[in-house]
Amino acid sequence: MWNAFFHRADYLAIKPEVLLTMFGLAVLLFDFLLEKRDKYLNAVLALIGLGFAAVQLGMFWPLLVGQLPYSGFGGTFTLDTFAVLAKLIIVLATAIVVLLSMKYLEIEGAHLGEYYALLLLSAVGMMFLVSGSDLIVLFIALELMALCEYVLTGFLRVNRKSNEAAVKFFLLGAFSSGLLLYGMSLLYGIGGSTKLSIIAQRLAERPSPDPLSWVAMITLLAGIFFKIAAVPFHQWTPDVYEGAPTSITAFISVAPKVASFAFFIRILIAALWPMRAEWQVLTIGVSIATMTLGNLAAITQTNIKRFFGYSTISHVGYLLLGLVAAADGNREGLTAIVIYLLVYAFMNLGAFSVVIVMRRKDLIGDEIDDLAGLMARAPGLAILMLIFLLSLAGIPPTAGFIGKYFIFLSLIETGHYYLAVLAVVYAVVALYYYFRIVVAMFMKKAPDTVPLATGPGVTVALGVAVAMTLLIGIYPQPFIMMAREAVRPFFS
Amino acid sequence: MIPTEYYIFLGSGLFTIGVIGVLTRRNVLIILMSIELILNAVNINLVALSQYFRSVDGQVFAIFVITDAAAEAAVGLGLIIAFFRNKETVNADEIDLLKW
Repeated sequence: MWNAFFHRADYLAIKPEVLLTMFGLAVLLFDFLLEKRDKYLNAVLALIGLGFAAVQLGMFWPLLVGQLPYSGFGGTFTLDTFAVLAKLIIVLATAIVVLLSMKYLEIEGAHLGEYYALLLLSAVGMMFLVSGSDLIVLFIALELMALCEYVLTGFLRVNRKSNEAAVKFFLLGAFSSGLLLYGMSLLYGIGGSTKLSIIAQRLAERPSPDPLSWVAMITLLAGIFFKIAAVPFHQWTPDVYEGAPTSITAFISVAPKVASFAFFIRILIAALWPMRAEWQVLTIGVSIATMTLGNLAAITQTNIKRFFGYSTISHVGYLLLGLVAAADGNREGLTAIVIYLLVYAFMNLGAFSVVIVMRRKDLIGDEIDDLAGLMARAPGLAILMLIFLLSLAGIPPTAGFIGKYFIFLSLIETGHYYLAVLAVVYAVVALYYYFRIVVAMFMKKAPDTVPLATGPGVTVALGVAVAMTLLIGIYPQPFIMMAREAVRPFFS
Repeated sequence: MIPTEYYIFLGSGLFTIGVIGVLTRRNVLIILMSIELILNAVNINLVALSQYFRSVDGQVFAIFVITDAAAEAAVGLGLIIAFFRNKETVNADEIDLLKW
């Protein structure tokens, strides 16, 4: 049984992760050779690494379509279409964040190589997280992702808000890891193995959910709810979003959400499937609470980063609804989550690209009023922001509509009509608070005429984000096919 | 020989103390220690179960948990020091610039 050497293909399967790790370390070394004004070359190096990883992932996709998942390293690492798609979203999101960061860090006076190295290593953690099928791998990947995020949140060392956000994020994040880990240790006790497939078998053999499996499931889910910012474990989200550097707010609002959701889906479907009736009840309760709190609290926010914190919470509520449908064995529920994550990544990064441009030497630019009169100052940016906000609210023909449509569809197919109605009602509330920003941009007078902090990086990021937001909205067919292919491994 | 349940009960006791500590104590460093207590509860579970199943997985997992606890402490103390330099306090109630 024990084989001293892994199969050669195992190493090929983790090639994107290996590439990103190497580039992450290379950035650290390369940083020493650079003059202060050349620090943007770190970002270029990071982008090259992300490009290599993306190409490699693109080459995996046709190999896995219609095939069985590849299981490597003794069954601890699974490469399937689901993992590849999630990794592609993570890599693209990280690349967009790198583009956003160049100008922003220069203004903040914190343009250091470590920043990009930490971003890349965090992405590596996320990529292992979406592929892991063993508790040990999943735990280490989760911690790699989280530890890099804590440091990045506190990256502006002289800024007190950034310090505070990092301390809060760290304390609550470490606590949630502890809860998750306790659940994992009990799952090991149930399964006698750290492999998800064996745990699922043992769970199915148990007569009915006994206290041990209940405690294991609840502590595990509590830990995951912390990571995805679901109520009642959401308190860190608005604080961390407000205090973190804006580029990192953009990062933690997208990439870790995608990775944590992929991890969540894999744990639920691959390990806790025999307990689906139990976790469905929990998920229904949490998603109702999450949508309610996220949507209602967003109405009164004045700080735009905090506002997006609550808006993220409400999106998490919608994503959880897809899992409710999936628990009934509905494929569309998972398809909906994958499409929603893809769409959400681009529209949220787009919105943050506009916010990041507001940062000037003497102005943080994170109040909603700072966007006032944007239409008069920079009509192009105002129109782009309008598109992203429409998409976040879920108005056709933008991508956000496709994401919400599939969630509602899966709920109706599985007969959860009351949840579908509730979700639609909250979508109307969401429209109201997103339009507060639109009103500020189009109806209010600009406070000053200081030029905005645009640059080539931000322009490219905005271009990619808006192109994807409109493309998925207008011509969703190929993306829907991709999402369907991605969830196929879970139902075969 | 001590039955495995006893270890699980010890682990759950430590876990509960850790959770109560995180939720009630106001000193950031004591919160950090409570988190370490939770991680140690996990380690006891893992090692006891590993012995029970006669499989090495649990012990390997425990070693990874210990390593992670060290990494977490390093990052956490670094962040707390950065915070302390600006604010001169380690009281969680005074971390109030951002609304909790």
